[in-house]
Amino acid sequence: MADIAFWVIVGITIGSALMVVQSKSLLYSAYALLFTFIGVTGLYVFLWADFLAVVQIVVYVGGILVLIIFGIMLTNKITSVNISHTSMQKSVGAIVVVCFIALLGYMILNTPWLVLPNAEPTDTTSAIGRLLLMDYLLPFEAVSLLLLGALIAATTLSRKEN
Amino acid sequence: MDSLTNYLLVSSILFSLGLYGVVTRRNGVAVLMSIELILNAANINFLAFARFGGMNMAGHVYALFVIALAAAEAAVALAIIINIFNNFNTINIDDVSELKQ
Repeated sequence: MADIAFWVIVGITIGSALMVVQSKSLLYSAYALLFTFIGVTGLYVFLWADFLAVVQIVVYVGGILVLIIFGIMLTNKITSVNISHTSMQKSVGAIVVVCFIALLGYMILNTPWLVLPNAEPTDTTSAIGRLLLMDYLLPFEAVSLLLLGALIAATTLSRKEN
Repeated sequence: MDSLTNYLLVSSILFSLGLYGVVTRRNGVAVLMSIELILNAANINFLAFARFGGMNMAGHVYALFVIALAAAEAAVALAIIINIFNNFNTINIDDVSELKQ
């Protein structure tokens, strides 16, 4: 049962990611991205990352995707933008990417990965909080500064000149 | 299903699809969406190695940092794309090869 669920989630993720990069309509790409994010969230759940799964839904689906759709709506309004030709050199890109997948797959399947025996799935939230405030305090503060900088930069860039 | 290689294969396919989008798409917003695919693939890798490395929580913390960076990147990139649209009246990134009009 879990096997079937896993492969269904993998199928949703890969299929909708294919639609994101293939679809002619930008809005369809954005909607397909929603299913990719949800599929990746399912993979996180299979990897016992409960906190990260919730963060993925909140930040990606609730924040980034809404932002992207907002951007599409703002920039797509003018009809002079040529949306139909959104891709170029598809065949060359496809060949390169298939070779890249083959190379990565060969590498992954032929590497003797060291897999440690792990315990039960644990509650990750408290461990992440402890790590963030003890071992990774400096990167944590740096990320908060970066988010502040991004906030100021985004508002400065997109405000009207007057 | 419960093996490291499955997750690595899925994430490498996701990464490659994102790469394909970055090289073939000409629309700035579509390139941004492909970059999000690449970041998600990296996150799956982090969490897979965390889980199969004996539930090592450092991977989760790094995945959290990646998500924060992706949010910041999306906000700034969209502001830049909207600015490009206002100045050049296009979001085809091949047409935007100059810093000013």
